Amino acid sequence: MPKVAIRFTLNGSEAAEFVESGTTLLGALRDKLGETSVKGGCLQGTCGACSVIIDGALKLSCLTLAESCQDARIETVAALARGGLLHPLQRAFVETFATQCGFCTSGMLMAAKALLDHNATPSREDVIEAISGNICRCTGYEPIIQAILAASRAATSTAA
Amino acid sequence: MELRKSYFADERDDHLVEVGKPRARTDALGHVTGASRFFADRNFPGMLHLKMVRSPHHHARIRAIDTAAAERLPGVVRILTARDVPHNLYTILTLIQVGPEDENVLATDKVRWQGEAVAAVLALSERAATEAAARVAVDYEVLPAVLDIDAALQAEAPIVNEYHGRNYYRYDSGECRKVRYGDVEAGFRAADHILDQTYSSSPIEHAPTETTGCIVVPEPGERFTCYTNTQAMFFTLDVVAMILEVPGHRLHMVGGTVGGGFGGKVDVIVEPIAVLAAKLTGRPVSFIYSRAEEMQVSSPRGAERIRIKDGVLRDGRIVARQVTAWLDAGAYSRHSTYGAQKAAAHFPGPYTIPNVAVDSYCIYTNRTPSSAMRGFGVTIGDFALEVQMDKLARLVGMHPLEFRCLNAYRDGDMKAHRQPTEGAALVECMQEASRLAGWPMAQHFYAMSSRRREA
Repeated sequence: MPKVAIRFTLNGSEAAEFVESGTTLLGALRDKLGETSVKGGCLQGTCGACSVIIDGALKLSCLTLAESCQDARIETVAALARGGLLHPLQRAFVETFATQCGFCTSGMLMAAKALLDHNATPSREDVIEAISGNICRCTGYEPIIQAILAASRAATSTAA
Repeated sequence: MELRKSYFADERDDHLVEVGKPRARTDALGHVTGASRFFADRNFPGMLHLKMVRSPHHHARIRAIDTAAAERLPGVVRILTARDVPHNLYTILTLIQVGPEDENVLATDKVRWQGEAVAAVLALSERAATEAAARVAVDYEVLPAVLDIDAALQAEAPIVNEYHGRNYYRYDSGECRKVRYGDVEAGFRAADHILDQTYSSSPIEHAPTETTGCIVVPEPGERFTCYTNTQAMFFTLDVVAMILEVPGHRLHMVGGTVGGGFGGKVDVIVEPIAVLAAKLTGRPVSFIYSRAEEMQVSSPRGAERIRIKDGVLRDGRIVARQVTAWLDAGAYSRHSTYGAQKAAAHFPGPYTIPNVAVDSYCIYTNRTPSSAMRGFGVTIGDFALEVQMDKLARLVGMHPLEFRCLNAYRDGDMKAHRQPTEGAALVECMQEASRLAGWPMAQHFYAMSSRRREA
């Protein structure tokens, strides 16, 4: 199988690897770069567990080819906390019991971050729409919706 | 959260330390930072990937398995079949003395459901394993299949599972689990109305976001570390030891973080073959279900059919309840014999009924083996019972909540399976539910108590 060189920025640091052509970004992140904060739930683009942010846009890493990410900026949940401080979304997820088994959490947080990055004061409907591609089998979604709304309020009040 | 303290006020110590106060989950910090370690968040040098060759037929005899073409594919390391498994017959509940062993790790002479494991391919990559699995040639003689409870109970039905010899589980009490209390026929004769209804349900898949799997690493001294998302660590350890015929101290099960279980990860399915594969190849082995396998191969909640025949008096008291329940276990017992047993004890519901008869059957069919799922043996039963309660209330012209309060069990009442009722709170729950829902009952129902039956 021919190998291709890939190089991109992962959570602010340069990452380079050789992968088999056709390797998904999910496979490259987890198996080659040890970035196991990204989860694979269905490998067919239906569950959202593998969501990452590529050049500012929310993407499914299981449907993205690693070789299509040359020179891209890739963010995973591992980069949300800065200098030991949790991101407001992370704090809100802890405080509102928005995590249960934890398997969807990484992707859910990425979907929420992509939303807040583009819309600091989302409505409840905006939040529901933003996480509609992410399946959670434990919480029933309501604590997650509440967490994202709480994080947006916290961030807005800090800014003001 | 609000604690309603007016109920059982004289019985409660209100110096509560933890109850009523939120407490952070111990695993939440790991989950929100992506640091929680799930079993698959590991990679070992030289790790092999296991893919199963699975039966495309519901019921078939295996004439021959030809692995030669698959073995020649690049990246394929080994292909395991039934003869590689030391003790290739098991059932999980033998650990609590419930037999017989009725299931193969890898099929021997027959497959009994579509998706049954026939051969295990070990390869350097998942892709190579998948391609090789598709090249294993299995010669099947297709047999007539039994695909529902009715078909299973036909006199001339094919036998699904020869280890049982008939299409239902034989309990020590006979062809089903039975509960007999009072005289149900006398109860029907005394009743003003009889309501006889049948309820049925389809299998339900747990669909955890993390699929079932494990990674096994051989350690020095013929020991093995198994990283698994099982919900049953000790059952898994013991069952693997029995199948491999190795002492349990050779096995180190590592688990704890489960990406959704709901009962679907209680069966011991992936670990025995993965540990065996690691033993026979001397290499780490990863066996992780694809999403398709999780949906089609992992045990669902079984289909059920429940017939409830009730006798009720004009004033609303239920005087007789007869329940016949059939649980579709699929091709193998797994936890279903226990589920059907639990159903038998549960079936009269939380009501005091003087005459009860329950027959609960565990049925074998050529369907995906069913097993544990969130209150298995009682959840579908509760659906049936409570729909029946609503129908009975309508039949006698009563408010559904008042009808339930009237029949609710109270402390000291004997249950049909002869456990006296203790700590009942059903009446109080309905009182509070009626308030919260704004669905009032007549005043005297709010004066009722689970502590005693009113005169």
